[in-house]
Amino acid sequence: MIPLGHYLVVSAVLFAIGTAGVFLRRNLITILLSVEIMLNAVNLSFVAFGRSQGNVDGQIITFFVMTVAAAEAAVGLAIVIALFRHRESLNPDAFTSLKW
Amino acid sequence: MPDTLLFYLFATVAIGASALVIGQRNPMYSIMLLIASFGALSALYIQLDAPFVAMAQVVVYAGAIMVLFLFVVMLLNAPQEDAAEWDRTHPLRRPGVARFGALLAGLLIVELVWAFVRVNDANAAVAARGDVAEISSVRSVGRVLFTDYVFAFEATSILILVAMVGAVVLAAREEKR
Amino acid sequence: MDLQLLAQFVVCFAAFFMLVNASAVLVLAERKVMGFMQQRYGPYLVGPHGLLQPLADILKLLFKEELRPKGADKWLFTLAPIISVTAAFAAFAAVPWGAETTFFGLLDTPVKLGVADVNVAVLVVFAITSMGVYGIVLAGWSSNSKYSLLGGLRSSAQMISYELAYATALASVIMLAGSLSLRSVVDAQAGYWLGFIPRWYLFLQPLGFIIYVIAGVAETNRAPFDFPEAEQELVAGYNTEYSSVRFALFPQAEYINMTTMAAVATDLYLGGWHGPFLERYGLGWVWFLVKVGLILFAYIWVRWTVPRYRYDQLMQFGWKWLFPAAVLNLIATAAFILYFNA
Repeated sequence: MIPLGHYLVVSAVLFAIGTAGVFLRRNLITILLSVEIMLNAVNLSFVAFGRSQGNVDGQIITFFVMTVAAAEAAVGLAIVIALFRHRESLNPDAFTSLKW
Repeated sequence: MPDTLLFYLFATVAIGASALVIGQRNPMYSIMLLIASFGALSALYIQLDAPFVAMAQVVVYAGAIMVLFLFVVMLLNAPQEDAAEWDRTHPLRRPGVARFGALLAGLLIVELVWAFVRVNDANAAVAARGDVAEISSVRSVGRVLFTDYVFAFEATSILILVAMVGAVVLAAREEKR
Repeated sequence: MDLQLLAQFVVCFAAFFMLVNASAVLVLAERKVMGFMQQRYGPYLVGPHGLLQPLADILKLLFKEELRPKGADKWLFTLAPIISVTAAFAAFAAVPWGAETTFFGLLDTPVKLGVADVNVAVLVVFAITSMGVYGIVLAGWSSNSKYSLLGGLRSSAQMISYELAYATALASVIMLAGSLSLRSVVDAQAGYWLGFIPRWYLFLQPLGFIIYVIAGVAETNRAPFDFPEAEQELVAGYNTEYSSVRFALFPQAEYINMTTMAAVATDLYLGGWHGPFLERYGLGWVWFLVKVGLILFAYIWVRWTVPRYRYDQLMQFGWKWLFPAAVLNLIATAAFILYFNA
């Protein structure tokens, strides 16, 4: 039987990797991918805690997190497409001026 | 014993693939590595006796969201980050950022180790395997979802509708006047 | 060595063997059936009545030169056929193809005929077939050629569009059976009404069966939905730039996907391995093979009878006709269950 702490450590490391990706990468797509990594880390935490409580609520919350992540990915990528069409660049530093 | 081995294998794949994701210059490679990471996470969910979440992870995350990312990368023909510019403008080059980042990383490691030790000490055994298959079967997930959480369920359906409409509106080409 | 473990291994190997042979047999069957429908013999020279033709085809493919276009992405070009064929084989792992057997009394506890008996088998098959999209889309992208890219994008858009109708048709059957395990769905179809009509879900869900088969044909990129790989329009679509072994893996993946779709259709709608006489002797899997064979014959038959859908017609059909029909079927099934079991 694998203790709960192991899963939490995996989740924490994944979350840290996702955060590092958001801060360090200069490519909009990769930033969105790092956000997905963070959401997955949280999902793992929820399922692990749900399992240790012995009920199914952790999985329900995971279900909702996945749905929200899908919606957010769709809208985020639509924004990326609109931005790319305007500036031909995926570097977030290209969008620092307030003028469209 | 095989359980532990499998856990370490899948955890290593998940963490390793994710670490590689943020280090790739080509976004296509990032996406494929992330799919591998999601597959490993799905296996971890199966080890946690959550078969429905594991399959939903493959279908929704690896099978749909990542296809969306892949399409966007292909359609935009996204330029890779230029190697020279990557080296020159990387935020870790700036000394202030590097020191602050190192401090944060050190704090995180301390906190992780502390949390790990604490949780293992107070580790009430994860519920015995007796009726887990019944507790977390798809049937019980569905029952709880449609009774206790039905409002959130309906709200997410509206959320998805809004996201669909929003994506179409945002990504539509502007009318040439 | 533990006899039980050995028996399990034999069953898994038998499934794998069956799949690999299925793709070889389908190569020949397609050309022969096509030939007979077009009033000619089909392959005739290699072996008696052309029966060794697949062997000749495979040998030819193995000896061809392995090309990779200069601009092609090194890793993704090789990874694409691997993903395709791995997903195709893996999806069959959750499909049961027979009842239990003790291998004529050699074993203490019977071993089930199926690689894995998963209690969410339907979801597993669906999940893994949806991973097969990546093989095609990566093949199209990594070939660095416009025919491939167009073919790959169109093909993957088609596959993910028809996945919706596919999943909704599945959901209707799951509601009737009350379980996601394919073995339970098949066992719910045992027995007869009025003594001679088998309790297949085909009779309870005729619309669902039609939707499932159409969506299955579209998922596997077979005619009339094979615009992305149409020889006449797009050279060969996403596998234009592939040759030799990497190429051979793509049609193999396609045939194995066809076989998996047919096997799942048999389990869900046609009663799986239940049939008149053979079950008493533990030969239910023969009925399974017969039914799968019939569906595969129907696949080939449709291919050479009907003209091809144009791509926009294909997408319109999938979104505007098939998916609403599947949703209506789902609602009607739910109402039916409520009414008759209330």
